[in-house]
Amino acid sequence: MAIRERLSGNEAVATAMKQINPDVVAAFPITPSTEVPQYFSQFVANGSVDTEFVAVESEHSAMSACVGASAAGARVMTATSANGLALMWEILYIAASSRLPIVMPVINRALSAPINIHNDHSDSMGARDSGWIQLYSEDNQEAYDNIIQAIRIAEHKDVQLPVMVCMDGFIVSHAVENIELLETEKVKEFVGERELEDYLLNAERPVSMGPLDLPPHYFEHKRQQAEAMKNAKKVILEIAEEYEKLTGRKYGLFEEYKMEDAEVAIVVLNSTAGTAKEVVDELRENGVKAGLIKLRVFRPFPVDELKEALKDLKAVAVMDKADSFSAAGGPVFTEIRAALYDVEDRPEIVSYIYGLGGRDVRVDDIKKVYDDLKEIVETGKVESVYNYLGVKE
Amino acid sequence: MKDKKTPLGGNVSWKETTPGGIIYDAGNATRYKTGEWRSMKPVWNKDKCKQCMLCFPVCPDSSILVEDGKMTGIDYDHCKGCGVCVEACPFNVFDFVKEE
Amino acid sequence: MSKEMIEIRWHGRGGQGAKTASLLLAEAAFSTGKYIQGFPEYGPERMGAPITAYNRISDEKIRIHSNIYEPDYVVVVDETLLKDVDVTAGLKKEGAVVINSAKNPEELRSLLNGYEGSIYTVDARTISMDTLGKYFPNTPMLGAIAKVTNIMEEEELFKAMEESFQHKFATKPEVIEGNMEALKRAYKEVKGSER
Repeated sequence: MAIRERLSGNEAVATAMKQINPDVVAAFPITPSTEVPQYFSQFVANGSVDTEFVAVESEHSAMSACVGASAAGARVMTATSANGLALMWEILYIAASSRLPIVMPVINRALSAPINIHNDHSDSMGARDSGWIQLYSEDNQEAYDNIIQAIRIAEHKDVQLPVMVCMDGFIVSHAVENIELLETEKVKEFVGERELEDYLLNAERPVSMGPLDLPPHYFEHKRQQAEAMKNAKKVILEIAEEYEKLTGRKYGLFEEYKMEDAEVAIVVLNSTAGTAKEVVDELRENGVKAGLIKLRVFRPFPVDELKEALKDLKAVAVMDKADSFSAAGGPVFTEIRAALYDVEDRPEIVSYIYGLGGRDVRVDDIKKVYDDLKEIVETGKVESVYNYLGVKE
Repeated sequence: MKDKKTPLGGNVSWKETTPGGIIYDAGNATRYKTGEWRSMKPVWNKDKCKQCMLCFPVCPDSSILVEDGKMTGIDYDHCKGCGVCVEACPFNVFDFVKEE
Repeated sequence: MSKEMIEIRWHGRGGQGAKTASLLLAEAAFSTGKYIQGFPEYGPERMGAPITAYNRISDEKIRIHSNIYEPDYVVVVDETLLKDVDVTAGLKKEGAVVINSAKNPEELRSLLNGYEGSIYTVDARTISMDTLGKYFPNTPMLGAIAKVTNIMEEEELFKAMEESFQHKFATKPEVIEGNMEALKRAYKEVKGSER
């Protein structure tokens, strides 16, 4: 029997970590993820986990300690947000390229400057090419479920890559909502033990990690890392299936909401998807064939699957809660637009950058996007490809 | 997987290389034959050698071969011909000749 | 949006416990089997600064994740906010505003920017001073809004809140009784000018 609970997003994440009981957690507090290590350190103090908690002096050190511990053979977790993630930057790449299966909740927050503690996705989007797998979560339930699955994905022998589990700061992290928890024994059984072939503390067979890698070999290591990311897609689906058997909750690379006969759709990540589903329902009641795609897995990017899901639409809007400052749309937009290149009769596709720095995303904002899509379908013309939604003009 | 070896050489495919560049076998430098780099070569004259062992600690490539506390020769697989042993020897035991 | 969903907006000042009250209300509704949301809107987090917190309560899973612009109910934890904040902005006419005040509801209508719906008041200050000996308006306000919204039976509410207080005040059980009394008095004393 699942446990009916009410937890904030941060409590849900910390609870998942408690149930996983990792060997090492090294973390540094930063709003809005602070509560995660705060709650977790209480679990350490009261003995409900036997994790080695490393209180470090910066996020650069947090990720460095994670790298060291993971290389040594430990199951390792941490958590961060925004500028904390940015300070980890150098070590993020080292974790991924050293193929260390660290799992890190990222409680999405806007990057400075100007300084802002509220939600957008500029932090994790900036890290999209660091080699980490990225899972996005609509609410506390998905964050909890994603973290448990992330352990298995990261440590799978065909993957061996670190995973970020992203959820919206404040909107989800500080909102108390209903959640169904698994019993701790079931989580423990699901995540099992980290099974290792090689690790630094294996006295039976010493190995070296992180060597100098010159031009004759570096490229091959990168190519192999790329293959691991490719493998991750299959592994993510296999583990989701296993998780569904355990919980009844279904996860894929993305969620398709009322897409079967949809003519217009938006693609969106995290908590905005929930608000958008309300809009889709309302539009459907009024006879509009509206649908929604909520991307769960952004790295690896499900290019073929998205192409298949979007190809029959007439118009698509991609909503990015981060600007890539490419002057050509948000990061999710550019990748989805590229994914549609091979489709012969491809839909029109437009970019909306929205919600930066915690600008609230209202039902009316999302209605406007669907209205614009309807307009595009009716007139056959795209007035503006690159749009900013909810900015004061 | 106890016998896993780190593939060496300049022609290892991405499928065979090791994850993250992990090096499986400790002390694998012996498998890398630096002797090929040599342009000058130290030649040991056994009869003149007093076994003072002053050459042994200065060799950067651990190429002074020693058995039972006595020098027995030079490991030409790894000796790079730097000539430090030649300089260090107080008895001029080594000839330093061009590598043929 | 689900028709059965109730949306509540709380206005308070930093340090008065409006956020805590919204979370306790969510907890009480949760304990009766509802789906709930309780979340604050974080601004300048300082003692005395106006703050807003929100509740959604529903029989179905709540998916919407925006702030609340057209609440069914508004709770004003500090009467002085009426001068600075448009507390009834977007408030549905068929809904109600519940204000911490010793005044009669109609005396406050002129401060509510033409709001035409029901107004309730409860003297949370007096109740708090009588029951807790200190000014903690949040528990009485919780009792008042629970009564006005009628989201659960009286007995259910008191039972749920007793459990919450036992959990929340595990380290200072001496305040549980006072809080329960504050809750019950406010539940009884809240008075309305219904429309």
